[in-house]
Amino acid sequence: MNTDEDRAGLRAQAKETLLAAVQGLVLAVVVLPCGVAFLALTLLSVALVPLGIGLVTTPAVLTGVRALADARRRLAAEWCGVTIPAVYRPLPAGANPWTRTVALLGDPQVRRDALWLPVDMTAGFVTALLPAVLVFFPVQGLLVGAGLWRAYAGEPGAVYWYAFVPVTGQATALGAAALGAVVLAATWRLPPRLLTAHFTLTRAMIGASHAALAERVQVLTETRRDAVDTSAAELRRIERDLHDGAQARLVAMGMDLGTIEMLVERDPAQAKRLIAQARRNSADALEELRDLVRGIHPPVLAERGLGDAVRALALRLPLVTEVTVELPGRADAPVESAAYFAVNELLTNAVKHSGADRVWVDVHHTDGRLRVTVTDNGRGGASVGAGSGLAGVERRLGTFDGVLAVSSPAGGPTMVTMEIPCVLS
Amino acid sequence: MRVVLAEDLFLLRDGLVRMLEAYGFEIAAAVESGPELARALDELEPDVAVVDVRLPPTHTDEGLQCALAARRARPGLPVLVLSQHVEQLYARELLADGNGAIGYLLKDRVFDAEQFIDAVRRVAAGGTAMDPQVIRQLLSRRSAGTTPLGRLTPREREVLELMAQGRSNAGIAAQLVVTERAIAKHTSNIFAKLGLEVSDDDNRRVLAVLAHLDRDR
Repeated sequence: MNTDEDRAGLRAQAKETLLAAVQGLVLAVVVLPCGVAFLALTLLSVALVPLGIGLVTTPAVLTGVRALADARRRLAAEWCGVTIPAVYRPLPAGANPWTRTVALLGDPQVRRDALWLPVDMTAGFVTALLPAVLVFFPVQGLLVGAGLWRAYAGEPGAVYWYAFVPVTGQATALGAAALGAVVLAATWRLPPRLLTAHFTLTRAMIGASHAALAERVQVLTETRRDAVDTSAAELRRIERDLHDGAQARLVAMGMDLGTIEMLVERDPAQAKRLIAQARRNSADALEELRDLVRGIHPPVLAERGLGDAVRALALRLPLVTEVTVELPGRADAPVESAAYFAVNELLTNAVKHSGADRVWVDVHHTDGRLRVTVTDNGRGGASVGAGSGLAGVERRLGTFDGVLAVSSPAGGPTMVTMEIPCVLS
Repeated sequence: MRVVLAEDLFLLRDGLVRMLEAYGFEIAAAVESGPELARALDELEPDVAVVDVRLPPTHTDEGLQCALAARRARPGLPVLVLSQHVEQLYARELLADGNGAIGYLLKDRVFDAEQFIDAVRRVAAGGTAMDPQVIRQLLSRRSAGTTPLGRLTPREREVLELMAQGRSNAGIAAQLVVTERAIAKHTSNIFAKLGLEVSDDDNRRVLAVLAHLDRDR
């Protein structure tokens, strides 16, 4: 029983070792040429940036490097269960080559990937090849002992060196076999560990740093809580508005209609009065629903996107408002909506508190970020303090990794800028 | 009078068809999507089109875009645009070509059949029918500062509101239950205070008032 288990264990270990050897060999064969090629291309491409050619090639090459790194991350997870986390910054789509190149080179993760290439083609190559060597070298020794030496020592007098053993005949060949057996016995458990070491090395080079990840988790936890709180509060508000508004009006209309049914023959004048009242109620219910819809998702935003929605918003203000929009496409709906309501809040603030008579809104997208600036010529003194509307705006933008900056010296003017990283489609 | 109607909600389309037919209109086509509307406007040459802003397949402002495109191809083609919400932004786009024969109303306005039919007829005849909400937004914007609007009497403001909606003097008189002569006096006062030239042409008068209200934005 015991020996059966031992044997099963041995077989599993042997299989694992053999697999690690094959995987190591495959890796080693791929690592060296890919590493050399991509390192050369990256250096060449970056060197050619001043000439302009590099601006076109660098994004492509770095995307290739990332694909290579991603492939290694997948293999690490599949073969050895080593997870290599990555935090790439979102790439601005449709941006010009210069901003793409700068954005890519500015991404710490991309830089780590590039630095990993030379390490991978040296230390990485060795750690990948070693598992294969540790299996195939002893196997070769055993084969030499079994008679393969005849093929090596083709002509008499020729000496074939198996490591430090000169193989000249059957006796020395057996010596080689013995050496192979010793090496195998000593190292046969090592290959899987070496392969794991290879991937651990890779993780040390291209895994996102722990501090960066911890910070990210902290931010995500906070913004998620804010997002959940905000949406719960929104739902409560919508429920209350429906309950006290449109729903109540429909009840009143139903009641009026019931009364009208009863009165229509007995007291037509009174019935007519009630019909007018029911119609007023239905118009009011529609009006309330319209306002509610505007608060959930403004129709112009759905129909035209952020630019025209902000323009339409500005047209509703009692202030002279200049709107400039430069958006080559549309952002994702949640981002559009967040930006819209942030602008709405800022404009409401300007109308209520600033005493301004002119407002400028500027909406544009550069470097993978949506940037909105709201400026007024009012008295200034706004701050992102507790309880101010600005703190709420900041919290909502946080869900999308957006940021808010306020410049509002006493005496004005007030300039609020917000940025949300996003991709336009 | 031949009407092309575009509305994607079956109940509302059906109701509108019945209402328009009851008032003697001929329905040339009642369609439910943007492409169908474009084809109908192109081929059927209706006297007036009644169009919902939001139509399939994109469910954005397909109807509005179709109407604007059709009017570029056939300047002055009478179009009455209906929507669940009214925006000054859209009103301005519709009025931009200065050709008139434009209506822009909330869907709620169909509740009052007489007034709605009156609006359709007015647009078909080359006039204007702007939703009271659009006008109210325009007026509230303009009267915030010290503008000529601030010098109007409440009654004159009321008349101006109805005039901007596209009503004729007779229509305004009926609405406010006064004589047409009283309205004529109010309108000439209004035009004097706003510094606009008096015009006997109702349509031109409306467009001048709207342009004045939408200025300086």
